[in-house]
Amino acid sequence: MRWRTDPLLCAEHLTMRFGGLTAVSDLSFVVGRGDITALIGPNGAGKTTVFNCITGFYKPTEGRLAFARQGIADPDDVATLTLSGRRSARMRNGELYLLERMPDHEIAWRARVARTFQNIRLFSGMTVLENLIVAQHNPLMLASGMSLLGIIGVGPYRAREREAVQKATYWLDRIGLIDRADDPAGELPYGAQRRLEIVRAMCTEPTLLCLDEPAAGLNPKESSELNALLRMIRDEHGTSILLIEHDMSVVMEISDHVVVLDYGVKISDGAPDEVRNDPKVIAAYLGVDDEADVESVVAEVTR
Amino acid sequence: MAAAKPDGVAGFLSAASIRQSMLAALVAAGLAFPILALRAEPDLDNHLVLINRWPLLAWAAAIVFVGHQLAQIPQIGRALKWLLFGVGVLMVGSLIVSALRADFPIYGRLLLAALALTTGGTALAFAAPFDDAHPFAARQRALRAIVAKVAIPLGLLALFAFPLVMLAALGPAGSLKWINNYGVQILIYVMLGWGLNIVVGLAGLLDLGYVAFYAVGAYAYALLSTTFGLSFWICLPLAGVLAAFWGVILGFPVLRLRGDYLAIVTLAFGEIIRIVLINWTDVTNGNAGLSSIPRITFFGAPFTASDNGFAAMFGLEFSPIHRTIFLFYLILCLALLTNVVTLRLRRLPIGRAWEALREDEIACRSLGINTTNTKLTAFALGAMFGGFAGSFFAVRQGFVNPDSFTFMESATILAIVVLGGMGSQVGVAFAAAAMIGGTEILRELDLLKAIFGPDFDPAQYRMLIFGFAMVAMMIWKPRGLVSTRSPSIFLKERKAVAGALVGEGHG
Ligand SMILES: Nc1ncnc2c1ncn2[C@@H]1O[C@H](COP(=O)(O)OP(=O)(O)OP(=O)(O)O)[C@@H](O)[C@H]1O
Ligand SMILES: [Mg+2]
Repeated sequence: MRWRTDPLLCAEHLTMRFGGLTAVSDLSFVVGRGDITALIGPNGAGKTTVFNCITGFYKPTEGRLAFARQGIADPDDVATLTLSGRRSARMRNGELYLLERMPDHEIAWRARVARTFQNIRLFSGMTVLENLIVAQHNPLMLASGMSLLGIIGVGPYRAREREAVQKATYWLDRIGLIDRADDPAGELPYGAQRRLEIVRAMCTEPTLLCLDEPAAGLNPKESSELNALLRMIRDEHGTSILLIEHDMSVVMEISDHVVVLDYGVKISDGAPDEVRNDPKVIAAYLGVDDEADVESVVAEVTR
Repeated sequence: MAAAKPDGVAGFLSAASIRQSMLAALVAAGLAFPILALRAEPDLDNHLVLINRWPLLAWAAAIVFVGHQLAQIPQIGRALKWLLFGVGVLMVGSLIVSALRADFPIYGRLLLAALALTTGGTALAFAAPFDDAHPFAARQRALRAIVAKVAIPLGLLALFAFPLVMLAALGPAGSLKWINNYGVQILIYVMLGWGLNIVVGLAGLLDLGYVAFYAVGAYAYALLSTTFGLSFWICLPLAGVLAAFWGVILGFPVLRLRGDYLAIVTLAFGEIIRIVLINWTDVTNGNAGLSSIPRITFFGAPFTASDNGFAAMFGLEFSPIHRTIFLFYLILCLALLTNVVTLRLRRLPIGRAWEALREDEIACRSLGINTTNTKLTAFALGAMFGGFAGSFFAVRQGFVNPDSFTFMESATILAIVVLGGMGSQVGVAFAAAAMIGGTEILRELDLLKAIFGPDFDPAQYRMLIFGFAMVAMMIWKPRGLVSTRSPSIFLKERKAVAGALVGEGHG
């Protein structure tokens, strides 16, 4: 129930229209701090669109995305910030961001929301290690004096770069890719590329990690390794996770909170058990719309 | 290289390949039709009459057909690759032999041997067309490491010794051609290629108007020195700053453009600058250009026969070659500066961000990289080096006019970057030497006379031969001379990344 007591991200009345098509319609949901939250729904439900709004790749047509990086998202604070017209503010309770007002790279660097993509987007011509170093661009850029000090070789850049390599090594150890650190990312097998994309996002030290179908195309063994990795990320690094997933067994096993979308509308929201038994969810997944049919389906599923 | 062939190529004389060859011949005929088949000539009354030259067109189509068929045979493809490589080696070799015959003293021979060794070693290591399966391919990779350690320092040493050795060996008159036409001319293009490489090779932003920044640098020096009497050493950084400023000006409107659109806007930018230079006559003196630009001085001492001149200062007999040699060292240092800065930047976050941008812009943004700043710095830095090269150009010529900054120049510089292998510093240097030096060498190759008879004038055909070489390159080495990418950081060992994996940028 952490999403009720300690919200990290509050999406309110989020709407995204593409011309005549409403991909997300008046969606409100909350991501709890320290939770693994799953966003599920049939194909074309608007899940990726929600991610794109949260991470700034789309500007929502309407709605508010309040992100309390630290502390508590006090509704009064959120209202004050909204009225002030600013993007972010340091409130009594910590930093507060309005993501819908921020450009994508600011969301990643200031608010610390990282993401992966439904179709993997690694820098395939760069090595595995380079991918993880590029992810630490902003702190390294500062250490190199915006390149001015780095180019003449003074300042803390060398030391910071060594630390960056250490961090990369730590993550590569965790996903079993340390032996392939110097190979091009594009040469890795599919499952390894998925894991690498996740740890690349982790190298930005996110508060919230958004994963778009991380288990897609993985075999059962890789899938269970992924679950372990996600739990480790949450437990050891305190990073909250929001993930889109089609594989119900993965969702039920690792998530603390599930939000279900269908045709851009939220149809269910709650703990995995509640959602699993929600007739509307079952209907949406099995594609029945007749009330009577729903009941027979529910009977069958909960048999 | 079978993988590089388009799908559906089914081998020599198969039905599918014949169909493709016929198509290629048809396209060739279509393209050549207005050039070869039709010709307007004045008759006796001085009226233009149209002459048909159908056999010529048929020949062209037939040659394309046969060539296309022959290219289906893998052995021929490989043989042609080696032929291409061999011609390159032969050209360098014959140049060195013809130089050797010029009664060189021993140190001259040593220098040429060092140059030949560097060139040959680097060519073998980077450009020799071994397939991955070839037993020598592994040794070739090992050779690359050795070349990087030995041949490049050796080559640098030879470059620094080059003008002095030439002067000692050939005297002031004989060495001028070597130092100026080959040395300085090639080095200008090496520098321009390295500058553009930041924008195109690293950041993956296709820029067809790079010559604009060269022009800005040249005019900046010309105007600043003639109006305010500023010295070259003050004008040089100013010209760089001005060119970088214009790089940002170009960068802003094209931030959102990619691919073809970016190419067209940058091309237009290059033309705008040139047309402004032509029409803003009050400042630029239009097509006539600016002349009597102050010449380079040796940190204040002019290269003249006067008492306070360079020659008098060092107790030498006056000779105009001193200035040329100084210009050689100046452009060599400027080019090396470009190279060192680029190599260092590649190991800094900004350089890695450029390459990441070339690979995937969306992913960059998801990692918090400000792609606007990243693109603008690439444009600005590339432009700055173009500006440096431009002021060098102005101080060398003593005269600038808009004719020096046509689209052909941009195209040549871009060709150097593409030919060299996008992003590779060594490749770009060799491509510049091949493109600029190659056209010069063709002028005087006696070897071709020996093949085609004494009446053959290679100078007439050099652009044609050059065009053939470019086409052949694009077929057999489409990724350029150096097609692999060297990682900017490594954990255990630096392994080259195969060109096929490396992105070319989206514009
Ligand atoms: N940029 C866009 N322009 C127009 N329509 C879009 C755009 N992005 C998404 N859509 C539409 O919005 C709807 C939701 O798409 P979205 O990609 O968010 O679905 P999804 O839930 O991620 O589906 P899947 O499970 O297949 O990934 C689809 O009908 C899609 O066609
Ligand atoms: Mg999706």
